[in-house]
Amino acid sequence: MPSLIRRTLIGRMLFVGTLVLATAFVDTRPAMAEYGDVIMNNNSDAAGMRPAVFPHWFHRVRYSCKVCHADLGFKFKAGGNNIDMLKIMDGQYCGACHNGTIAWSVENCNLCHSGKPGTPTQVHESKSHELLNPAKPPVGKK
Amino acid sequence: MNSPFKLAHFTLVSALLLASWGTLATAAQPAKGKPATEAKTETAAAPAAQPQAAIAGSEANPFNRLMRVAPKRHLPPDKDGIHDPANDGTQMLQTPLESFGGLPKSQGDFGNGVDWVKALDGGKINPRWDRNDPKAKPVLMDLNIVREVKGSMPGVGFPHKQHTQWLDCSNCHPAIFLPQKGANQISMAAIMLGQKCGVCHGTVAFPVAECRRCHDKAKPVAAKTEAK
Ligand code: HEC
Ligand code: HEC
Ligand code: HEC
Ligand code: HEC
Ligand code: HEC
Ligand code: HEC
Repeated sequence: MPSLIRRTLIGRMLFVGTLVLATAFVDTRPAMAEYGDVIMNNNSDAAGMRPAVFPHWFHRVRYSCKVCHADLGFKFKAGGNNIDMLKIMDGQYCGACHNGTIAWSVENCNLCHSGKPGTPTQVHESKSHELLNPAKPPVGKK
Repeated sequence: MNSPFKLAHFTLVSALLLASWGTLATAAQPAKGKPATEAKTETAAAPAAQPQAAIAGSEANPFNRLMRVAPKRHLPPDKDGIHDPANDGTQMLQTPLESFGGLPKSQGDFGNGVDWVKALDGGKINPRWDRNDPKAKPVLMDLNIVREVKGSMPGVGFPHKQHTQWLDCSNCHPAIFLPQKGANQISMAAIMLGQKCGVCHGTVAFPVAECRRCHDKAKPVAAKTEAK
């Protein structure tokens, strides 16, 4: 096979073609999740669920930070609250609102567990203008 | 999205490997330039990469070498790289731009590209202050703290008002800031590491790139030079 590529014109052309196609498919840009999106994956992957995704932009239109970060006790740390389904069912954390009264309830698993499997816990930062110090690896590619 | 990427990646890597085979026997491969940076680092040792740069000289001098050129922003969930497009729930989520359409924009498309302060003051959004009571209102505190900065940079004004519209005193005091003027050491370096103001500015509130929104205190010296 390598000799075919080396010797024949058609081999060359095919080879260049593949290369061009390959470069076209490779997306060098980092994933551009919306600013403030938090991925929570302390236990989800291990339990066979997709990671949970929390969109700040969507919630801050409806609630001030104070409701979650003071009243409901969410600490300012992605993955730092030890959230699990038992607590949510019992009305803590996301479950304080996602209870079928204030917002849709907990049986809508896939609305929260919508992350790409394998995506690590993180908050999406505005890294598009930050060249040095890319604190965390680009999302979605391992 | 992931599997075509893996496939393409595999093709690229194997193609580059084959290329080095070819180069051993003949002269430089007339391979197409502009290899993806990722592939470049992975196959940096492949001899094929070198002659390429010499032939396609302009590829070595792209206009934007370090700046990431216009990454697409505010993509719909199924294309944003963190949501699983194969998940039925993903398709039901709102697209950021649909929500942001009627909201005042910030200067420059940084962060969400939304000026959340104006959105709130202009009544475009009405975030609840209480989980259950839609009528509860925050107790605002109108206290500005000015922090002088050495050198040419304008000083920093910290407005309590805009913060107490969103946050509780306990969100900042005392864990992030001691409630006493000048008692806290703050530097840009700490902010960029996600400490002090950087706990929120750079994660959820407008990011560091919007210098002027914090550094908004004109210097008397600077004013003088402008007046000349
Ligand atoms: C309101 C959002 C929300 C909904 C709805 C939801 N989850 Fe979760 N779930 C979370 C969060 C947040 C975590 C913590 C994620 C982590 O760090 O791994 C979690 C964690 C988990 C975990 C791992 C931890 C544990 O408790 O064992 C499992 C399994 C899980 N969810 C299953 C489900 C299933 C099944 C449903 C539907 C019946 C569901 N979830 C609905 C938000 C949600
Ligand atoms: C509906 C609830 C909710 C609201 C409203 C909310 N947050 Fe959050 N916030 C969260 C959750 C959930 C997390 C992730 C916690 C975890 O992973 O355990 C988080 C995490 C954070 C973090 C930590 C990010 C990091 O670096 O790890 C910061 C900072 C933050 N929020 C700031 C804010 C600010 C500022 C506002 C108001 C503009 C706000 N939040 C509004 C729920 C909320
Ligand atoms: C303070 C109340 C509150 C808390 C706490 C809260 N949510 Fe929500 N959330 C809402 C409301 C209200 C909606 C809108 C519901 C509707 O559309 O009917 C919503 C909607 C959502 C949506 C759908 C967004 C869309 O595009 O429609 C997701 C996903 C979500 N929440 C995830 C979470 C997760 C994960 C947590 C916990 C980490 C959480 N929420 C905690 C109030 C809350
Ligand atoms: C977003 C964070 C944040 C919030 C929320 C916040 N503060 Fe502050 N506060 C600060 C900062 C920063 C300073 C200045 C500290 C310094 O100069 O070192 C400060 C200073 C103060 C001071 C000292 C003023 C002086 O002249 O010495 C008091 C008192 C104070 N805050 C009270 C409050 C009260 C009461 C609330 C709630 C209504 C509140 N703060 C909410 C960040 C905050
Ligand atoms: C606990 C979170 C938090 C911390 C810490 C914090 N901020 Fe903010 N800040 C916010 C939020 C939320 C807003 C509302 C605007 C937004 O989200 O983009 C805001 C708005 C502002 C504004 C108003 C801009 C305008 O257009 O009126 C200024 C100025 C500002 N912050 C400066 C600072 C400075 C300086 C510090 C550190 C001394 C600081 N902030 C610390 C959350 C925070
Ligand atoms: C969230 C608010 C905020 C933003 C945005 C911000 N700064 Fe700062 N900056 C500060 C604070 C607070 C200080 C410390 C002031 C003091 O010494 O008390 C500071 C200090 C500085 C200093 C003095 C040296 C140092 O490290 O303390 C420089 C220079 C500076 N900032 C430049 C910038 C530039 C350039 C940008 C835009 C890329 C920027 N800042 C964006 C809040 C901000």
